[in-house]
Amino acid sequence: MRRQRRLARDLWFRFLIYVAAVVALLPLSLVLAYTISNGWRAAMQPDFYLHFERPEGIPGAGVQHAIVGTLELVGMASLLAIPVGIVVGTHLAEYRQHRWATWVRLAGDVLVGTPSIAIGLFAYALLVAPFHHFSALSGAGALAVLMLPVVMRTTEGALLLVPPGLREAGLALGLTRWRVALQLMLRAAAPGVVTGALLAVARAAGETAPLLFTSFGNRRLVFNPAEPMQALPLTVFHNALTPYKDLEDQAWGAALLLVVLVLIVNLASRFALRRQLALAGRGTS
Amino acid sequence: MVAAAAPLALLAIVVVLAQQAWPAITHFGPRFLAGRVWNPVQVEFGALPYIFGTVVTAFLALALALPVGVGVALFLAESSRPRLRGAIGIGVELLAAIPSVVYGIWGLYVLAPWLYRHLEIPLNERFPNVAIFGGTPRQTSILTAVVVLAVMILPTLSAVSRDVVRAVPNGLREAAYALGSTWWETTWRVVLPAARAGIFGASVLALGRALGETIAVTMVIGNRPDIQPSLFAPGYTLASVVANEFTEATGQLYSAALIELGLVLVCLTLVVNVGALLMVRTVDRR
Repeated sequence: MRRQRRLARDLWFRFLIYVAAVVALLPLSLVLAYTISNGWRAAMQPDFYLHFERPEGIPGAGVQHAIVGTLELVGMASLLAIPVGIVVGTHLAEYRQHRWATWVRLAGDVLVGTPSIAIGLFAYALLVAPFHHFSALSGAGALAVLMLPVVMRTTEGALLLVPPGLREAGLALGLTRWRVALQLMLRAAAPGVVTGALLAVARAAGETAPLLFTSFGNRRLVFNPAEPMQALPLTVFHNALTPYKDLEDQAWGAALLLVVLVLIVNLASRFALRRQLALAGRGTS
Repeated sequence: MVAAAAPLALLAIVVVLAQQAWPAITHFGPRFLAGRVWNPVQVEFGALPYIFGTVVTAFLALALALPVGVGVALFLAESSRPRLRGAIGIGVELLAAIPSVVYGIWGLYVLAPWLYRHLEIPLNERFPNVAIFGGTPRQTSILTAVVVLAVMILPTLSAVSRDVVRAVPNGLREAAYALGSTWWETTWRVVLPAARAGIFGASVLALGRALGETIAVTMVIGNRPDIQPSLFAPGYTLASVVANEFTEATGQLYSAALIELGLVLVCLTLVVNVGALLMVRTVDRR
């Protein structure tokens, strides 16, 4: 009797674990389903990609300026953050015992958790207020601060997966440490580094808060990084809070574009990670 | 020199925000933190309603997400079906990849009306005298923000907890099975107690994420700086008020007060995150 009760309880909790897994996947499927069904209408029209904003009520408005803006902002932020992140990550992996390594690592992890709105305020104070002018460049600066710790920590992680024998072989052949690091280790860890860079890009592309008072947004198409610039998340945020139906449709359309962009980049990073694990001789978990 | 980029950025954020907030810090002193009135026209600024909203939504979101997160972590660490495990793992990771603003628009147009119709109205009518269900229910409310936040911190919670549960030595499990325990008894009495510190660390880490989340919360919380007990009434958070008012702030003191709110938020998350990371790290080392 007692044994049966114990077994029944075991079965019940096994079942609950499945329930938890289903509950966790429910919001993902709901968000994806609603974004696709609500964004479809706007995203299917060619005008959506070919025009920028028009006054409310005039048909044919699009988000071309936001697409270009997101690509340009994230591109500039990547140029700023990815090289620095790779160098710092390599440094952390190669000099693991360095006195400050623990602190650099901790600071990176804390920076990942720092509210993005605070990073926006920081970029405003440094890059907007002194020039009395919102600019895409300041937005890229804010995004770069967000991307840096992601690139840094994944680069370090990827380098740690490389068998240490490679480093020792290089050193035994008389190569200097920096050549071992850059030409042997980093090359062997390339897919993992790409994973980190892609994850950072995906994160930056979806961020709204750091852009609110740096890149600010723009109703027209601009390429000049010294001007305020629109981005897809800003379009979603501003249009979703208006009472107009067609602007709401555009917000959903822009949200769909964002989700597709982020998911593609994410899947690409997963592919790169699998390559790294295969190179390092480990299966995926 | 370059290696110090992350610590320098962190330090610079705190220093720059403190310097920008200095006019408000010197003008209002400590009563800024305790003040309950936020009136830019009268140049009267108090942070308490925002601190209240931030802390309450974050803790409630954690309470809501924790059982599910630990359940998912157990599933991912212990399930004997690798295929299903892989699929759920990818799903949870994608949950983390969805941009905040997409959760915002979904919360605003889909979740908020649903919660209003199926939870807020029935509970409010049934228990009008219970304080947390009282007041006039609104679609954009603390409850909506809590649910959206719970969804957003779930990936952090379950990914970190999964690693912690996996790190529990197998010998402990085997010993428990050898004594005749069922899977659940092993998990509840052996694995989870062994993983307790790490799961606590994961929770604090998730709490830090919830405290700092901006855009999604701004879109669904209703943006009213009140301190009141009802879950169905609008609230406001530190991050949301900065997002909403900063570009419209006129006058040096108003901007400085908003930046001081940002500084309070940074300090709050800094303490929480450092604590959590040190906790998770000690577990890793063991």
